[in-house]
Amino acid sequence: MAENPQAAPARPRPLSPHLTIYRWPVTMATSITHRVTGVGLAFGTIVLAWWLVAIASGPEPYRAFLGMSSAWPGQLVLFGLAWALAYHLLNGIRHLAWDLGYGFGVKTAAALSWTVILASAALAVAFFALAYSGYGGFLR
Amino acid sequence: MTMETPLHRVQGLGSSHSGVRHFWRQRVTAAALIPLTLWFAWAALGLVGASDSQVLSFLTLSPLGIPLNAILMAIFAVIALYHMVLGLQVVIDDYVHGEGGKIFLMLLVRALALAIGAASLFALLRIAGPV
Repeated sequence: MAENPQAAPARPRPLSPHLTIYRWPVTMATSITHRVTGVGLAFGTIVLAWWLVAIASGPEPYRAFLGMSSAWPGQLVLFGLAWALAYHLLNGIRHLAWDLGYGFGVKTAAALSWTVILASAALAVAFFALAYSGYGGFLR
Repeated sequence: MTMETPLHRVQGLGSSHSGVRHFWRQRVTAAALIPLTLWFAWAALGLVGASDSQVLSFLTLSPLGIPLNAILMAIFAVIALYHMVLGLQVVIDDYVHGEGGKIFLMLLVRALALAIGAASLFALLRIAGPV
């Protein structure tokens, strides 16, 4: 029978080298960024709730929300959230593909990593370019 | 030599209560959020610069007698918040090692998700609810 798995080993087990040892492959960056954007989007849910509550509360609170969100710090936050959402969406699709067994090849993984980075940035920029050039607001 | 059965020795040490439930629910909510996020991005772009009455008419628009956009917004908020709880749980599991801090943060995340979800749903009901 095996020993108690929680008992301290007789001598220290060999440790695998940690993060700081490795040269960063792009897949490492996209993996960590997926987590960072996920945490960032958690704060985005507060912005979404704030927007909905402001609309439900009447014209004055909504104007206050618009004032905050259209000033440059608000625009910066919204751009960050737009990019985080695009990134988490695209890289999340990559995660689901992994779960189905696709996309694990070294070259494929690196190529898809770069695709996600560039495409998410392009989507966020395109969203704001459309909004600022008058192509947004079609549901008004 | 111990008289313990192998099962008894591992019980309570791992995911012996819930199995793959967390993993599976994170994937199901992720898949559901793909079309919902595309819809949300379309709505957000379409409502750029909209006044409160324009947003109200978008959310109360009822092509089939039901406020479709408000319902989609509610579904988006609820599933996103559930996905958020599952995701932040993994982050807490990975980085917080003290048992007390872990339980505190897990409860805090769930409390915040409930508060944000309740505020969003209450707002949507005020906007497009019955009467």
